Amino acid sequence: MRLIKLIPEDTKIPFMGARFVTFPISMVLVAASFLVMAIFGLNYGIDFAGGTVIEVRSHVSPANLHEIRSSLSSIGLGEVQVQGFGQPDDVLIRLQEQPGGELAQQAAVSKVRATLGDAYDYRRVEVVGPRVSADLRRDGTIAVVVSLLLVLVYLWFRFEWQFAVGAVLTTIHDIVLTLGLLSATQISFDLTAIAAILTIVGYSLNDTVVIYDRIRENLRKYKKMPLPELIDGAINQTLTRTIRTSTTTILAVGALLVFGGEALRGFNFAMLCGIVIGTYSSIVISAPLLIFLRLRTGGGAPSSGADETGDKAGKSGKPGRPAGATV
Amino acid sequence: MLHFARWKIWLIVASIAASIVFLIPNFLDRGTLAKLPGWFPTRQLTLGLDLQGGAHLMLEVDTQAMVKERLEVLRDDVRRVLREDRIGYTGIGIQGTTVQVRITDQAQVEKAAQKLATIPQSLSDAVFSTTRVVDVEVVRGENGLFRLSLTAPGLDYRTRRVVEQSMEVVRRRVDQLGTTEPVIARQGGTRLLVQVPGLQDIERLKDLLRQTARLTFHLVDAVGPQAMATERGADQDLLYTRDDPPIPILMQKRAMLTGEELVDAQAAYDQTSQAVVNFRFNTSGAQKFGQITQENVGRPFAVVLDKDVITYPRINMPILGGSGQISGNFTVQSANDLALLLRAGALPADLTIVEERTVGPGLGADSIAAGKLAAVVGTVLVVLYMIGNYGLLGIFADVAVVLNIAMLLAILSFLQATLTLPGIAGIVLTIGMAVDANVLIYERIREEQKLGRSAVASIDAGFSRAMGTIVDSNLTTLIAAVVMFLLGSGPIKGFAVTLGVGILTTLFTAVTVSRLMVVLWLRRFRPTRIPI
Repeated sequence: MRLIKLIPEDTKIPFMGARFVTFPISMVLVAASFLVMAIFGLNYGIDFAGGTVIEVRSHVSPANLHEIRSSLSSIGLGEVQVQGFGQPDDVLIRLQEQPGGELAQQAAVSKVRATLGDAYDYRRVEVVGPRVSADLRRDGTIAVVVSLLLVLVYLWFRFEWQFAVGAVLTTIHDIVLTLGLLSATQISFDLTAIAAILTIVGYSLNDTVVIYDRIRENLRKYKKMPLPELIDGAINQTLTRTIRTSTTTILAVGALLVFGGEALRGFNFAMLCGIVIGTYSSIVISAPLLIFLRLRTGGGAPSSGADETGDKAGKSGKPGRPAGATV
Repeated sequence: MLHFARWKIWLIVASIAASIVFLIPNFLDRGTLAKLPGWFPTRQLTLGLDLQGGAHLMLEVDTQAMVKERLEVLRDDVRRVLREDRIGYTGIGIQGTTVQVRITDQAQVEKAAQKLATIPQSLSDAVFSTTRVVDVEVVRGENGLFRLSLTAPGLDYRTRRVVEQSMEVVRRRVDQLGTTEPVIARQGGTRLLVQVPGLQDIERLKDLLRQTARLTFHLVDAVGPQAMATERGADQDLLYTRDDPPIPILMQKRAMLTGEELVDAQAAYDQTSQAVVNFRFNTSGAQKFGQITQENVGRPFAVVLDKDVITYPRINMPILGGSGQISGNFTVQSANDLALLLRAGALPADLTIVEERTVGPGLGADSIAAGKLAAVVGTVLVVLYMIGNYGLLGIFADVAVVLNIAMLLAILSFLQATLTLPGIAGIVLTIGMAVDANVLIYERIREEQKLGRSAVASIDAGFSRAMGTIVDSNLTTLIAAVVMFLLGSGPIKGFAVTLGVGILTTLFTAVTVSRLMVVLWLRRFRPTRIPI
């Protein structure tokens, strides 16, 4: 059987040389993300902003969005968003958080029900009061920060500090770009978006760690090789893997995005963006960052096992395992 | 490399077999499950409310109102005890959690101190601990000034009790709906989570939860068979106790008192160490109760909660002063229960709905269908991609992926974890990421082979060298999953569980199971080159 080789297997792409292009690009993108967030903000869902979401299915298809909008805008509930949702007879109604505390939110739902009457099935009603949304905001922020810190600590244990810092910087880069995209597209930012971001943290690090592992291995193997050349080698050696794994993950998440229904569309979109960004950054950002972090200047090796110098794996029958190597 | 310990092979086969056995109940209906032999697992995946439909309510117990009410009661108590002994006072008022009062006549300060010292109550936590908590601290200041403060332990104790009571009332109310397996749980300090799967009429549930449990006291006319025999008058009601069988009680329809006039009830012990319930009315309730009991010594009265007679003690003597004792054949537990119910009747705090999420059954079914479709499409794409890239080894990886999903679902069923819509997304994501371990191994094998190694040596090196990377890279995702599980709420937790368990099953299937397949293939066909 012939195997598909979409990606040439033994690439020698000079990623390190490209860093003078990719770094500025990333910086511009990060700056643009902050700018977009500053101008448009995130479209907070009811989990974080409070308020009400009602999903109804009209008994007549397609649903008359205009009629719903005009009838709901006249009952004094502030700004009411009415939009189609998946099927033509499905409608999503979003109410802002009502002034007047928790009870006012409940009253608003009753008003909507009374106004729309029996012509609709209520498929989903979600009301989040101000107290709960405040708690969810706090918990979400804590979750993201704590996971980043834990990963930093873990990587610190497993690698030298430059790797840990590089990985976390790369991950923050990925989070910022994903947030920028969510802001630009105004996709609802809710609890599942936090889940998506945490998953992106895990995924992006996964990619980065694989490349770092190879860099560390090569550092022990080729003590004399200049760092840019060594890092280039590591990226190219792991490139097929990086792209293949990203492809399978994108295939799975893509299936979720296309077939997984409306409810998780924002989540799946965020994941898809995060995976693409994470793959890009682990290749062209995370590894070159190590140079800026002065991982190893000149030929001085940071770790033990000096007798391994110049031993290219494979030339001896049994692979030379440097002391302390994990692979 | 070719050596694979026999016990390891059996262990792998056994764990796969066990997974399949634990997976089977999910494909059977309840009737078939009941017919299975007793040893067979019957646990099915629990579907979250977003998938099976139902109501989710978060209620907050308004403890501030409780504190305010306690302060008012305390102020009234101070007034009452001082008036009883005609002690002159001035400047009575509430400041923060303190009631202040100044005794005008210096000669009466000592007497006032004695009287005020009777106000603090010792709250017995009879069931849970032996420590005693005093609810009020009396501090004597200069010039006849007294400060009575609600103590922090006392307030904590009462807050805890208030939340417990509310939860009990809520549980009883939700049970009345007759739905299966409602969940009622405490969330943090003062919140209650109510989840009722399959419930559609959320308005009725909300109405029930907003009502106060109605507690009433009635004079009893007849008890037991006598009650049945007596002809019921227009002003009489026939209600039953909660005993088995229930005892009918014929009583006056008009309530002599209601739970609204009850301020407290506590389990305690009487002189003979018998468990009793002490209760206390507010001022007007106390007056009424005193008068009625004075006129009806020897006659029983019934304590009725939600149309059930809780108890019908005989009035042994007039009960003056607003507090009384219900004695009977109480165990410590039942006395505590009654005290709790009596307090619950007074419902010292309002319940506020702070979060509501209702999903109709139609939407839940649609979500399941969409999730299944996405999972199937995702799996097929990944499977084809792996075969396209790695041929035979890709098939091994694919078998590992399918086993991985089976094992993941089996573990979720065994753990009775709740599967939510984000949880399904976690499973699909696991499918995509699970093959990563195989990709890492295969890429390594390809490299080793290119360096001129034999098939066996390449495979050996590929598996062993990729291992560290696989563990490192999966641990980062596992860390994210654990954080989500610990800090996330509802839907995020569901996602975290499938993602986290998925990583563990991936480590097993992608590394161990696919290695076994490769080894068996090597042993049988002895290839000189690996088609990769």
